[in-house]
Amino acid sequence: MSFRERLQSWRYNLVPDHVVGEILTKRWTDNAIPFLALVVTLATFGSIIPGFFKLTALQESTRQLGEFSMVVTGMTVVMLGGGIDLSVGSIFALSCFSAVYVFFILEQSIWLALAASVATGLVFGAINGYLVGYLRLRAFLTTLVTFIFGRALFDILVTTYAADVQLSTATSDVLDFIGDSTFWGLSVSVWLAIILAIVTHIALTRSRPGWHVLAVGGSRRSAHNAGIRVRRTVFMTYVFSGFCASIGGFLIACRLSGAGPGTGLNLEIMALTAAVVGGVSLGGGRGSVIKGLMGAIIVLTMTNGLIRMGYGTGTNQMVLGIMLAVAVTIDIRWLKNRHKVLNEVYVAPVYLKMGKTQSAAPGSGTSYELDNRLSAADHIGLGELEGPEDVILDRDDNLYCGTRHGEIVRFFAPDYVKSEVFAHIGGFPLGLAFDKSGNLISCVGAMGLYSVSPDREVKRLSAETSRSWTSIVDDARLRDPNDCDIAPDGRIYFTDSTKRYDAHDWALDSIENRATGRLLVYDPKDGSTRTLLDGYRYTNGVCMAHDGKSLFFAESWACRVHRYWLEGPKAGTAECVIRDMPGYPDNINRASDGNYWMAWLGMRTPSFDLSLRHPDMRKRMTRRLPQDEWLFPNINTGGVVKFTEKGGIVEAMGDLSGGAHPMVTSMREHKGYLFVGGILNNRIGRYKVAGADPNWTSPASYWGAKS
Amino acid sequence: MNTIGWPNFRSLNQEGIVFAIAVVLFVAAAIGLPGFVDPNNLVAIVRSVSVLGILALGMAVVIIGRGIDLSAVAIMAMSVAWYLQLLNSGMPDGLAFAYVLAGVLAIGLLNGFLVAYADVPAIFVTLATGSFVFGYVRSQLITQDAVPVPQGHWVELLGGLRFLDIPIEVFIFVGLAFLFFLFLRYTKWGRYIYFAGDNPVAARNIGIPVRPMLMLRYVLSAFVALIAGLLTAASLHSINTRIVNSTLLYDIVLVAVIGGIGLSGGRGGVRNVLVGAALIGILLNAMTIIDIPLLYQNLIKAAILLGAIIVDGIINPRDEQTAQQGDI
Repeated sequence: MSFRERLQSWRYNLVPDHVVGEILTKRWTDNAIPFLALVVTLATFGSIIPGFFKLTALQESTRQLGEFSMVVTGMTVVMLGGGIDLSVGSIFALSCFSAVYVFFILEQSIWLALAASVATGLVFGAINGYLVGYLRLRAFLTTLVTFIFGRALFDILVTTYAADVQLSTATSDVLDFIGDSTFWGLSVSVWLAIILAIVTHIALTRSRPGWHVLAVGGSRRSAHNAGIRVRRTVFMTYVFSGFCASIGGFLIACRLSGAGPGTGLNLEIMALTAAVVGGVSLGGGRGSVIKGLMGAIIVLTMTNGLIRMGYGTGTNQMVLGIMLAVAVTIDIRWLKNRHKVLNEVYVAPVYLKMGKTQSAAPGSGTSYELDNRLSAADHIGLGELEGPEDVILDRDDNLYCGTRHGEIVRFFAPDYVKSEVFAHIGGFPLGLAFDKSGNLISCVGAMGLYSVSPDREVKRLSAETSRSWTSIVDDARLRDPNDCDIAPDGRIYFTDSTKRYDAHDWALDSIENRATGRLLVYDPKDGSTRTLLDGYRYTNGVCMAHDGKSLFFAESWACRVHRYWLEGPKAGTAECVIRDMPGYPDNINRASDGNYWMAWLGMRTPSFDLSLRHPDMRKRMTRRLPQDEWLFPNINTGGVVKFTEKGGIVEAMGDLSGGAHPMVTSMREHKGYLFVGGILNNRIGRYKVAGADPNWTSPASYWGAKS
Repeated sequence: MNTIGWPNFRSLNQEGIVFAIAVVLFVAAAIGLPGFVDPNNLVAIVRSVSVLGILALGMAVVIIGRGIDLSAVAIMAMSVAWYLQLLNSGMPDGLAFAYVLAGVLAIGLLNGFLVAYADVPAIFVTLATGSFVFGYVRSQLITQDAVPVPQGHWVELLGGLRFLDIPIEVFIFVGLAFLFFLFLRYTKWGRYIYFAGDNPVAARNIGIPVRPMLMLRYVLSAFVALIAGLLTAASLHSINTRIVNSTLLYDIVLVAVIGGIGLSGGRGGVRNVLVGAALIGILLNAMTIIDIPLLYQNLIKAAILLGAIIVDGIINPRDEQTAQQGDI
């Protein structure tokens, strides 16, 4: 190994590049940025301003936070529904005035004041909702205008009644309690804000109206076409926002016992900034109440902190402007480019130097030497089938295979002309096996392990295994269950080829070449699934040895076959029995002479072997070239190989014409014939094997002669 | 077709309606209000709307290109306030003006860049930059709300200039309006603005440099705001930065929208601005003569703007199937 290669292997095998991509697939990364901003803000101002975290100071600032976060909650809901509400400041101020007017001037009870406050908010919100929801005006400008309107109204009212409020002698214990008291260390407004946030959160995430809001925000057109009443939903979001702002206004009326020209000033840009900084997306559909609250804390801490640090007039606006511009830009760029970034960084190839192999070329004289025998195979279901990855025969000689359309098809003996859909699974059935009682067990791509009873009842056996602690992607889910086989005691051993890619992205997995394949076992007694082995490069075919004490499994991208011991002194361990083959192994099945058949889905090429030693080149390739031009395993030539229990190669056969079976993913011997399937093929081949036992069948080999 | 009898109301567009209302208002005010048709009052009307009209010209160009510039008033007030502050602190005129020009250019470019290349909705970009410009200049560059014009400075002299007893800003407004008319109607880039506003994707597909032109529009709007700010300072001999928090910004949008420039872009022209400015000028003047308090004037203006937006929404309705996601 040259120094350059050693460096490459260190760089690409030891540095966990793949972690970045895996983290980016997580939904919580959306929350990470605002949360980080929150921590940084609190830490910065907490360290600069003395006594920032003192209880009394906190109580005063949290009181303001309670009112503000209510307004932000309302704004968040409107934004989730795809709108925006700039009139919250006016609603806030007018509701505050309503409460003040009813309580101090009309000298009515505080509860009536609350009712007046809420009514003001609801009416104002309904006006907004009607204009934006039903008349479908532009939310931004419309609420901007209603904001001016409300503000003008408020200014008139305040100047008219300011003196009367001053002279009023009305007092109330309830008002003082709401305005000044604390309850378990937190002020009433904070408690109310928390309750409102929890209720709103539950309504948004767990109720029909909440889902409708998110659906309308996510895609207004789709929601409309799906029959959701878009206009009414939008209307309701504005009414809710009005309600939230009015409660906030009532609270500030209690706290300040009055209303002044400054009430609710700049509140709309603060609330908007808070929601956007928190990560509530413009245009709707993405965000949560929690995000809004995080934004509220950030904005309020910043503005209050700057005031307490003694910065002059205008500083707030400057900071709000910067925060809004930065947050909106980040939000829009992130939304737009997240999947692009993910595509760029997700594929993280590793270094691998493949061992030297023997040639499989015709005439090379090695035991791997391919011939043209398979081109002479008869065809079954030509043109009817798409993608028979695995084939299997039952005791009555009927032939089963999976198809790309998510079905298991049965061809009837003896001529295999007539066929029927045996069962509809929904996913792509890959490996097949019969258990003792004749149930057909199948590994279904991207779905899990399924069982089909003889009377066609489909049952899911397993879709997950235990989660490992160190994995960032959810490796409990079975991403690519590939082949299975059944031990004499009924336990089902199966492979899950990769943790990082879905089944159809197998080419990317081969390019990345990271060892994430697993061998798992499903125990029908208690329905549990366990991971036995981990860290192989695309585990593929599984086959129980003839004596049932060990099993063979293929490791495709490393071109190896391993033997895993179930019993005996080596139980629970695996050893490599065939290494450095010239082809990529797929399914393995028993042969009548005590040996094993193995399918080759493709052949190694010097070019791809070389590229495996250049992970940087493969990374560039996936980033810069279209998929058609990627270098990946050659799957235009495959074959069938017979090997002994010790790993010796007996013979190899192929289809050099490429016309019938260029790529072979499985083969099953039955009564002297070999049935051959390929995942990209349009037929099943039937080939008469010279010298094979004409009475040997797979079900009998596994479960004994028919009873 | 009925050629006799009632006019065909469907052929009336918003501009025509607004013009008719303006004429009716004018006639009503002329009959009902003493001193309204006095030449001095008429000049006062034109003078009062000329700054508004100049700002509306810049806004119109941006709106026709399917954008909006909410930072116009902030740029107008704060650039001039900074300029006067620099002068008052003794900086040479040329250098101070160069600074201000550079600042205005930078804000216009920033607006345009964020809208064109970062794909952020114009409304948020300009709201944020407007807030930033006000906050930054107010807190860092100037010391008080109002900044006076230095004695004998050309800005002060500009305010006193008259031609045929008509203040100079009226001529500047008329001249600018004519220039904008020529630009929008007869230059290639002017026509491109309509294409880009009507259908940005199609405009881009036929090879129009949509994004550089978008930046240009915001720069243009920023410079127009600077001119309007200089004229304001000229007539008042100082600039009060509190104007940023007033309803002036909405008056500008009001002039543009009520004149018939559709907010969805691609429609309207200088004539619409003139009609809108005429109506608003007459209205404001009439309200002042009737002695309606300023607060109530704001209420009335807001109600009119709301009505204008509702009419705009009905005339240019948005379709559920083709409305852009996130187009708020």
